[in-house]
Amino acid sequence: MYIGCKVPYVVLALPSWLQQLKDDFTLNFIDDKRYMYLVKGLGATLEITFFAVLLGIALGVVAAIIRSSHDKTINDMRPGFGKVLLKVLNAIVKVYLTIIRGTPVVVQLMITYYIIFASSTNQIMIAVLAFGFNSGAYVAEIIRSGIMSIDNGQFEAGRSLGFNYVQTMTYIIIPQAFKNVLPALANEFIVLIKETSISGYVGIQDLTRGGDVIRSRTYSAFMPLLAVAAIYLLIVVFFSKLVSILERRLRNSER
Amino acid sequence: MSDNEVLISVKDLCKHYNMGAIKALDGITTDIKKGEVVVIIGPSGSGKSTFLRSLNLLERPTAGSITFEGVDITSPKTDINKLRMKMGMVFQHFNLFPHLSIIDNMTLAPVKLLKMSKEDARNKAQQLLDKVALGDRGNAFPSQLSGGQKQRIAIVRALCMSPDVLLFDEPTSALDPEMVGEVLDVMKDLANDGMTMVVVTHEMGFAREVGSRVIFMDEGRIIEEGTPDEIFTNPTNGRLKSFLAKVL
Repeated sequence: MYIGCKVPYVVLALPSWLQQLKDDFTLNFIDDKRYMYLVKGLGATLEITFFAVLLGIALGVVAAIIRSSHDKTINDMRPGFGKVLLKVLNAIVKVYLTIIRGTPVVVQLMITYYIIFASSTNQIMIAVLAFGFNSGAYVAEIIRSGIMSIDNGQFEAGRSLGFNYVQTMTYIIIPQAFKNVLPALANEFIVLIKETSISGYVGIQDLTRGGDVIRSRTYSAFMPLLAVAAIYLLIVVFFSKLVSILERRLRNSER
Repeated sequence: MSDNEVLISVKDLCKHYNMGAIKALDGITTDIKKGEVVVIIGPSGSGKSTFLRSLNLLERPTAGSITFEGVDITSPKTDINKLRMKMGMVFQHFNLFPHLSIIDNMTLAPVKLLKMSKEDARNKAQQLLDKVALGDRGNAFPSQLSGGQKQRIAIVRALCMSPDVLLFDEPTSALDPEMVGEVLDVMKDLANDGMTMVVVTHEMGFAREVGSRVIFMDEGRIIEEGTPDEIFTNPTNGRLKSFLAKVL
């Protein structure tokens, strides 16, 4: 009777540490479908990051163009409404950059949630706004450095063909600046993905909070936290790969 | 249009810095007629480039007026972008757009500004490329070209807008000596085709051979102007004489 059971016996009798790991895994992810905390959390993290990146780029480009336009052209401008407007916009952008870069993002997130949008319940939207405005300040400085790095001759060549300021920026300066700052931009977005892990501070069930909830249910920290870390790592590695492909594409177009 | 029609009229043009302490341009008055090749020479710092760059307002003069095709371009009401489409400019450092192929460098402005169809613009660009013997480089990028090739492209890029005048700002100064000739040849062909040109250069051979009028500038002023013969063979002014003695 026992002869026939030999093979199953080997399979079942895992080494004790492996058995422990298996039990841990089952407890943390399978029981009560706890893996859903991670899946849903990942969804929230990606959603917040995606829209915050879009908002950050939009704000950053606008802020960068205002700042660099001001620095480049204010001395040559004729007095008038345009000059006053540019000066006012530049001052607003400077205040924005100073405040955002001068305070911790977690404080900004809490201020947005508990003060500015105290009456709103759309937590994801609040997080998108907070992270988007935060990221926009850093993106602005990255893009501004890219714009300033383009030789002024490019600008003059564009203007001498008859392009106006905005057209010269759009067709000639920004495409070149973007290529130059792509690595720095990618870095900013990698930071942003990981920064969203503080969303739990305002009660958002993001990836980090999801792992933490599992830990609090199972009293076992090892599995859920390592899983959370591994998922962040995978996202970042995947994103970095995408960026390096894009970078190679852009570079190929020059050679 | 008659050959004697004035294309650009410059009156008392001044560019002062630091409340007049530095006078880059100090009262320039001259007319540039249709079909003329005006060559501007002078020592460095004499204001040649500033003068040229004032003609399409890349430098904003502090006083005086410039009239181009009957329009005062220094007036705040003038749409300078419209006028710049008719004033091509070629730079010392080429300033091709490195992120665009040669053909895109040439068609960008005609397509976006003149609303030319992509096909028409490409055909025109290809014809011009053939003319400067670069017909097979349309799909190359600027970084793949030599300096002389880049400058020839810069010239035909300006020509794609069918300008009424071409401004050259030391077009051969950044070139290796063996490439100067190919660029000057293109410019000579243009002059022979009747293109109005204003050229700031150190190439005295070109000034003498191609120029219909030579302007000698020093310290922001026109010191002497005349036909190449008058300037090079019988210089009267002392400063011009000593300048020519150094460069010839």
